[in-house]
Amino acid sequence: MIEAANVSKGFNGRLVLNRLNLKVTKGETVVIIGRSGCGKSVFLKHVIGLMKPNEGQILVDGVDVGALPEKELNRLRMRFGMLFQSAALFDSLTVGENVGFALMEHTDLSEKAIHGRVEEALELVGLKGIQELKPSELSGGMKKRVALARAICMRPEILLYDEPTTGLDPIMADAINDLIIELHDKLKVTSIAVTHDMVSAYKIGTRIAMMYQGQIIQIGTPEEIRNSSNPVVRQFITGSAAGPITDGSSK
Amino acid sequence: MRIERWVTDCGQRVMDGVRFAGGAFYLFLQTLFWIALPPFRPRQSYEQMVRIGVDSLPIATLTSFFIGIVLAFQSAYQMHKVSAEIYIPSLVSISMTREIGPVLTALVVAGRVGASIAAELGSMKVTEQIDALETLASNPVKYLVAPRFVALFTMLPLLTVYADFVGICGGYLVSVLKLGLSPSLYIKMSFDPLSLKDIFTGLFKTLVFSTIICIISCFEGMRVEGGAEGVGRATTQAVVTSFILIIVSDAFFTVVFYFIT
Ligand SMILES: Nc1ncnc2c1ncn2[C@@H]1O[C@H](COP(=O)(O)OP(=O)(O)OP(=O)(O)O)[C@@H](O)[C@H]1O
Ligand SMILES: [Mg+2]
Repeated sequence: MIEAANVSKGFNGRLVLNRLNLKVTKGETVVIIGRSGCGKSVFLKHVIGLMKPNEGQILVDGVDVGALPEKELNRLRMRFGMLFQSAALFDSLTVGENVGFALMEHTDLSEKAIHGRVEEALELVGLKGIQELKPSELSGGMKKRVALARAICMRPEILLYDEPTTGLDPIMADAINDLIIELHDKLKVTSIAVTHDMVSAYKIGTRIAMMYQGQIIQIGTPEEIRNSSNPVVRQFITGSAAGPITDGSSK
Repeated sequence: MRIERWVTDCGQRVMDGVRFAGGAFYLFLQTLFWIALPPFRPRQSYEQMVRIGVDSLPIATLTSFFIGIVLAFQSAYQMHKVSAEIYIPSLVSISMTREIGPVLTALVVAGRVGASIAAELGSMKVTEQIDALETLASNPVKYLVAPRFVALFTMLPLLTVYADFVGICGGYLVSVLKLGLSPSLYIKMSFDPLSLKDIFTGLFKTLVFSTIICIISCFEGMRVEGGAEGVGRATTQAVVTSFILIIVSDAFFTVVFYFIT
């Protein structure tokens, strides 16, 4: 359903994505893990067409996202929900307006219906009755959850999560994991999630992909990743400071 | 060696300038496109009108009132020598409506509103809010630039007419209280020589100025890179560029109007 084919992207001559390949089939949740700064957020932005690859293509249902004209791109984006790493809530709007933004902009639903959908989405992320607050009045973790509510409010088919559980307490993080699993099981949402949190990665992922030096070096079920023999993957999942990632091979 | 560096430096600057002009012009075309295309967004435009127009009233009042006073005194100083004080009112009213009202108001608004637009859009850019807008299938130009454009395009002329009037009031105060002209004579001498043409040339320039302020500040804001520092730089740059363009285009249109009217 989503396919990255030889995607390369560089900034000022420094390659961040280097001929990256990844296939995500319908209905699965692929978790991308990798070191901070390795290009995970950059990759997600390519999938939804915010960034265009220097080389290669991102295909969604066989359509090249980078080559779509704006109108079609927007139609495609209506099928996506994206949770930004920084939450990226509109700070001139209230929480309710943030969550219901796409519904207000793109559907003919009545105000009351939108209100109901917003409340429902906020309830899913465990935040009831804060519609009237401004984003500046929320904690970091609350912002993250409001952003998640905004991403799921349109009931998208594809969800991109950029670190859904960072900044949340362990209990809330687990609740969000359950929510992601529920979306996957019940609504058959296709997802790509980026995370550093291995507990969450094992729990929500149908497959886990390790990103290293601009490529996916291994992809497999949580079981396969856990028992990986690749030294880079091993170092990352065990979280040790000594290993091939931190030795001379890395920059 | 040094000359070589100087030449490539200049070339770089020219290229940057061309790229800037091209980008800003493209933004202008996009803005017109989105304004012409329904659905319209009266609510957002209205909010911006209040922020841009109504909230600028105090500072517009203050500056144009004092400029009116200064104009009256300055001309009194000259007119006194040739005993032509009677022409002070028309001098004030004509220079206010044709020149000073539009330019002064535009500069004040560029400083106040242009800076705030650039800072607001700039921080939206660095906190990924503009990216988020796009992922929600909304066009940032349509959602952010178009309402501001509509607001500036309607409010700046109104502010200018208001500033013209306040400036004339300043002149009135000086002439009647200090120089001893009679109130009715001042009013007659202010408005009789004033033709609609004077007001319209002033307002035409105002429309150009409002376009400059909106497009430059939005463009600077939306292309911010690199955090709070970038926002600060863009804000300064938006105000400086708007000031320069306002003054230059004012000179240009003054010359044009001088010859065609
Ligand atoms: N707009 C940009 N301009 C220039 N460089 C960028 C830009 N966006 C990202 N980069 C660079 O790309 C690299 C990857 O960034 P990215 O945000 O994807 O990292 P990440 O894997 O998401 O890290 P983290 O886990 O810390 O979020 C970084 O080195 C960053 O400097
Ligand atoms: Mg990231």
